[in-house]
Amino acid sequence: MIVVQDVSFAYEKGGEGEQKALEEINLKVARGEYMAIIGHNGSGKSTLAKHFNALLTPAAGRVLVDGMCTRDKDHLYQIRQRVGMVFQNPDNQIVATTVEEDVAFGPENLGLPPREIRERVEEALELVRMADMRRHAPHLLSGGQKQRVAIAGVIAMRPRCLVLDEPTAMLDPRGREEVLQTVGRLNREEGITVIYITHFMEEVRRADSLTVMDRGRIVLKGTPRRVFSQGDLLQSLGLEVPPVTELARRLKMRGLDIAPDILEVDELVGMLCS
Amino acid sequence: MSLIKSITIGQYLPGKSPLHRLDPRLKIIALIIYIIAIFFIRTFTGFGVAFIFTGFLLLLAKLPLGYVIRGLKPVLFLVVFTVILHFFMTKGGEVLVRLGPLTVESAGVRLGIFMSLRLLFLVVNTSLLTLTTSPIALTDGIEYLLKPFRRVGLPAHEIAMMMTIALRFIPTLMEESQKIMKAQMARGADFETGGVIRRARSMAPLLVPLFISAFRRADDLAVAMEARCYRGGEHRTRMKEMAVTPLDYYALAVVAAFLLLIALARI
Repeated sequence: MIVVQDVSFAYEKGGEGEQKALEEINLKVARGEYMAIIGHNGSGKSTLAKHFNALLTPAAGRVLVDGMCTRDKDHLYQIRQRVGMVFQNPDNQIVATTVEEDVAFGPENLGLPPREIRERVEEALELVRMADMRRHAPHLLSGGQKQRVAIAGVIAMRPRCLVLDEPTAMLDPRGREEVLQTVGRLNREEGITVIYITHFMEEVRRADSLTVMDRGRIVLKGTPRRVFSQGDLLQSLGLEVPPVTELARRLKMRGLDIAPDILEVDELVGMLCS
Repeated sequence: MSLIKSITIGQYLPGKSPLHRLDPRLKIIALIIYIIAIFFIRTFTGFGVAFIFTGFLLLLAKLPLGYVIRGLKPVLFLVVFTVILHFFMTKGGEVLVRLGPLTVESAGVRLGIFMSLRLLFLVVNTSLLTLTTSPIALTDGIEYLLKPFRRVGLPAHEIAMMMTIALRFIPTLMEESQKIMKAQMARGADFETGGVIRRARSMAPLLVPLFISAFRRADDLAVAMEARCYRGGEHRTRMKEMAVTPLDYYALAVVAAFLLLIALARI
């Protein structure tokens, strides 16, 4: 679906201030995959996210979306239709004054006939469970609801891939759970490829694969289980493993014979009681 | 929030009346015609016609009358000012009152009353448009009506998009300014006492963060719009298309009848 080859990028080109935001990134995202990218602030994860749908183009290397190069201007809107993006601040990505008008914004930009736009808007609002609030003004919604509207706005363009750049950073725990469940459902039931970017380790347990970034480089790749077992490395990068995993790791350090890659509370309970 | 509540001009009251259901384009054109027409009225009969017409629309729109009248408050000062100015400054006809060197003459009284009536009708009918038309429909209508002027370089789509975004962000920025105000008050800022200059100066700690945040929002929004394939008005379609219904033809007939009566009343 998406191939990232040897990509480097710097915000200020040349001069002394040049600092690379991305360095020689190689990444492959398969169709239908749920990939999570984690990293601390300034690790380059948001910069990488903007490369997936040609909001930024690499200084070196290339990014291919279904074989189309993001540098190719002819494919720009095809790429953006295929790879939808949801951002951190729900307030700053809602354009219109009602929920349904906002969801219609993307399909309207694609130049679809009105009847089809209407169908897609209804479908997208059903998928994020916001159909009842279609005529609400966005500023009266909760954070989680706003972010679900933002997701619907992208889904209405029928993308194959959904990139979410810290979508829960500004939400309360309830809103966070709403967004996570919506994303998980879209991946499982609709087969949409998901690239989920966050610095909350808690949120990436459901991912198929995990990529850890630090200072513009990829430092670790693998299943959540494998990545979480590297507790020491993660801690040196300023990332916190989920409390259960951390507890298991400490118990192991104290000499208890348990696996170091525990992700769920039930798992630990089962292991301790056996 | 009290500031927003006291302004009724430009607000929208949702409803299902015939006036709500009219095509926004027709309503805008009708308002323009009406405004031009009331400046051609020269007789009390003419104003009678305008009064009946406006009253008819108000009844049709099923708006709370008190709400509409409250909306007139901000222009009351202007109306009084106009009346006084015309009473004393416009000369002609017979002298009605003499106060030392000042005189009130019949032409002045007549013109003063006419001008203030025009002002009141203008405000009532304009708020009738905004009260019965949703902001989205209004911007759509404006965009459509401005389209012919694109040839002379008027960015019709961009103007409409700007209006939409402004309407979308007014409540968000209002909320934010309240938040900043409270944050500054918690640190001892004083927004309420002092003279005009002092108060204006105390606004700086409010406006600076507000502007910075507005710029950041604008930046975020631009990126988000680009990510959703926005590329200006070209190739763009709309989910809700404006459609002319029989109701619009009836409305047109009513406007035509109004114009005819105004013309007759002039003779």
